[in-house]
Order: sequence, then C-alpha cells, then structure tokens
Amino acid sequence: MRPSRRLDPLWMLGPTVALLVLFFFVPLLQAAKSSFYDWDLLTPPRYVGLDNYRALIETGELRHALTTTLTLSVIVVLGSMSLGLALALGLNRPGRFAAFVRSAVFSAYVVSWVSVALLWLWVLDADAGAFTALCRALGIPTTNWLGNPRAALYALAGVTIWKIAGYSMVLFIAGLQDIPRSLYEAASLDGAGAWQRFVNVTWPLLRPTAAFVGTTSLIISFQVFDVVRVMTQGGPVRSTSVFVYAIYEQVFLNLRVGRASALVVVFFVMLLGLTALQLWAWRKKGAA
Amino acid sequence: MRETRTLRQPLREGVIDVGLGLAALVWLLPYLWMLSTSLKTLPEIVRAPTAPLPSGFELGAYRAVLEAMPLARYFLNTTLMALGIAVLQILVALPAGYALAKLKFAGRGVAFGMVVATLLIPAQVRFVPVFALLADFGLVNSMTALILPFGVSAFGTFLIRQALLSVPDSLIEAARMDGASELRIVYGLLAPMLKPTLVSFFLFSFVYHWNDYFWPLVMTTDDAVRTLPLGIALLREQGTGVRWHIVMAGNVLLSAPALAVFALAQKHLLRAVASKGP
Repeated sequence: MRPSRRLDPLWMLGPTVALLVLFFFVPLLQAAKSSFYDWDLLTPPRYVGLDNYRALIETGELRHALTTTLTLSVIVVLGSMSLGLALALGLNRPGRFAAFVRSAVFSAYVVSWVSVALLWLWVLDADAGAFTALCRALGIPTTNWLGNPRAALYALAGVTIWKIAGYSMVLFIAGLQDIPRSLYEAASLDGAGAWQRFVNVTWPLLRPTAAFVGTTSLIISFQVFDVVRVMTQGGPVRSTSVFVYAIYEQVFLNLRVGRASALVVVFFVMLLGLTALQLWAWRKKGAA
Repeated sequence: MRETRTLRQPLREGVIDVGLGLAALVWLLPYLWMLSTSLKTLPEIVRAPTAPLPSGFELGAYRAVLEAMPLARYFLNTTLMALGIAVLQILVALPAGYALAKLKFAGRGVAFGMVVATLLIPAQVRFVPVFALLADFGLVNSMTALILPFGVSAFGTFLIRQALLSVPDSLIEAARMDGASELRIVYGLLAPMLKPTLVSFFLFSFVYHWNDYFWPLVMTTDDAVRTLPLGIALLREQGTGVRWHIVMAGNVLLSAPALAVFALAQKHLLRAVASKGP
C-alpha cells in the first residue's frame, strides 16, 4: 500500500529509529572506540591503541573468560535441551497431571534469576543446605558446591538448567504437536516400537526445533550474569568469572572502562557468530 | 506378541509417570522449602536448619524484611518501570510495525534491517556508553534511565509486523475512505484487532523487566529508584550470615507476584515464548 501522505512513514518509524540509534548503534560504536582508550570514568580517556586487547591476552583474562563461559554454556545447552526434550515427550498429552507438571517446570522460567539464585544459594549452602543434607542422608558424596573452585561452575550450570529447561520443554512440545498423528499410526502399523518411532519419525521432524532451541539456549547461557553476581561473585578464585561478569567487574570494581570495552567487543563478535547460527536455524525451522 | 505388549504398556507408563512426578518435585520443592524457611525463627534455623516444617506460623522474618528496606517503594518502582517499558514498547512498535508491514516507501528495507540488527545488541554490550550518555544529562538514578533505553523492542516490533501482515489491505483502505487519519487507523482500528498479540507481548515484556536485575544494578544507586530484585538481593549481601529466614521471606515477596501473573496468564506467556520461534 502507498502511504496516504508521503511523509507518514517518518513519524511512524521516527521514534523506533531514534531510540535504536541513541541506545543501540551509537553505544555499540562508542564501546568499540573506548576499547582503544584507557579510561577510569573519572579522568579524561587516553588513547592507548591495542594495549587493552594485548593486556586481555597477556594476563590470560580473555582465555579464562572464554573457558568459563564455554564450559558453562556447553553443560547448560546439552543439559537443558535433553531434559526439556525428555519432559516434552512425557508431557505432550492431555490431562490434569501432565498440565500440572508442565506448569511446575515452566514456572522457573517465569520467576526472576535473582529469586532462583537466592533459592539455590540456600538449598546448596554448605553447612545447612537442604541439598547437602539430602546427599548425606542418601550416602552420596557431596562438597561445598559454591565454595569449591572445582565445583562452583558446575553448580551454577545446574541452577541455570533448572531455570531454563522449561523453556526448551515448551518449544519442544509445540514442535511435537506439529507432527501429524498419521505418521505415528503408519509407523505403528509397520510394527515400529516406541524407540524406532522416536528415531524415525519424531527426531527427524523435531530437528529444526532442536536447532532453534539449541542456539537460543546458547545465547541465553552466554549472557548469564545474575546467578554469578548473586551466588558466587565470580569466585571462588575466579572459577565462575564468566564473560558478562568479567565485563561488569572491570567497569564497576576496577574502573577500567577501556579493558571492559575490549571484552565487550570480543563478546559482541561472538554473539554475532551465534546469532548467524540462530538465523540459519530459524530459516531451517521456517522451511520445515 | 500382543500379550507381552499389553503387559508392558502399563508398566512403561507407570515408570514414566513416576519420573514426571519426580520432576514436579524437583521444581516445586525448592519453592516450598523457601516458604517453609521464611516462616521459621533464627533459633530454629540454627538448631535444626533442615527441619522440613516451621514449628509455628511466625511472620517475624517478613517484618524484618520490611524494616530492612523501603519495600513498598521498591515494589512501586519495579512495577512503574516494567509498566512504563511495556506500554512504551507497544506504543512505539505499533506504528513502526504498521509501516513495515503495510506501507511501501523508500528506506523500508533499511529500517527493517536496523530493527533486526538490534537483536544482536544485548544490554550487556551497550550499558557502559549508555551509562556515560545518561550521566552527561544527569539522568543516572532516574526512571528515565530505567525505561527509555528499552523503549524499542525488536521482538515486539517483529511480532506486531507479523500479525499485521495478515490484516487485509481493503480494511485499511475502507477506513481511509471514511476519512480516518493514519494515527486513528493504527491506534484505533488495528490495535484492538491485535489484542491477543498485544496482551501476550505486554505480559512477556512486563514480567521480563519486572524481573530484570542487570540494568537497574548498573543504572541506580539510589533508594528512590531502586527496584525490588536489587533490594532483595541486597538482603543476602549485607552479611546476614545464617539469617536465611529473612532472605527467604524477601524471596517469597519477590517471586510471588511473578508466580501470580504466571498462574493467571499462563496461556498468554506460553504463547509469547512459543512465538519466538516462528
């Protein structure tokens, strides 16, 4: 359709474009610029070339942020997707019981990250936590989950899985409902058992959904911050200092805006790659 | 053959039901544990921290939360902020979605590309420059700093554009013939038609920002604009030691509104989540 007056698109898109430029594009360019400066937020910035990037590499900070973030992400994506898929397969049916379990699992996705973090901080408490007590009662070896540098990142991954498994469950259920019943009936008539039906019918048709859920959870887990800030503050001994937490720490605790901006640039480039992956998955999903 | 199948079927279903029941426990027990802890007293927590039930119905922890922070203020701030963001996003996205879905004009592709590109720039990437920008205008520690940077939502603009694509052009042309202005067509004619989409998006955005921790954390230092997730998280930071009953009482107050919205509007929230994948 033609606009009724030639300049109509201007006021319609004006606010959107203005806000995008002011709060998205200009800040992004400024972050890129700051990454070449030494700046403590108080005194004027000083140009230092690539020093910030060099420092990130030489101090091992970049490698550390990458390792923790990737470790967390891999565990979270694999854990929440397989759990979400298993729940979806069991819960894709009518009835009050299934609806109840669906709501219970998805509720964790709706409450805030802060709530979830505080909840698990208490459940995992080394002295008096319910989880620790449960493990002891069952004779399972346990540890100070958040105080042990070798365990803390895994504990945070577990909490993140608990928080977002409901998200993949919901998308997997939607995917399962798009699969025509007749395909299952045909497979059953051919004598296919439950496992064969899953391998030959369900999984091939669910793969686009899985690709979408996988990339989205990857992006969510890359941006994990709240649970780290509330539960471990990046510790013990920096073992849970993921990317976004490292950025936050550089700005607000060390007042090194330049160094933080260099981290932001690397983080943004990685997100760009992940989003390209997501768009590809999205297109695949649209094609299916 | 048939015999064994009819025997195995109920057995397998039984095992699945037990597994699902266990899953429900894994997700619900932490909430119940939070509630139970919040009703305990300090001596109880010191003596028997893992006792499943409180000895009485003790509201002391909730009183302590109220004394520790201006709870009503935080609650009001959080609600105003989330409401402001969700309403602004819808008001801004409606005409933009309309122009992108229905009008042909030079620059439409560029504008659409800009909206899509925004999906790549999360808050963690832009907060430092935005903080510096708002500081220049003396706007840090203000509602403006909390609301305005989220005034445009790529997801919302997408959703509205997508919904408008299925509205027939003839409807809009008829309204134009009747002399309706474009402003009236967008907000008076099309907005009511998109009600289910708008309700889903509103709830999604409201809950998301009500829960947000990162942005208020980096933009505010002042009680006057601080939000509830920040205040409740501080309960733990103040070196409360074993006063878990107080932290959990705060957590009940923080999670209850989100859970209530979820209970009342589950269908809408699920739809918003599911529509993220087209």
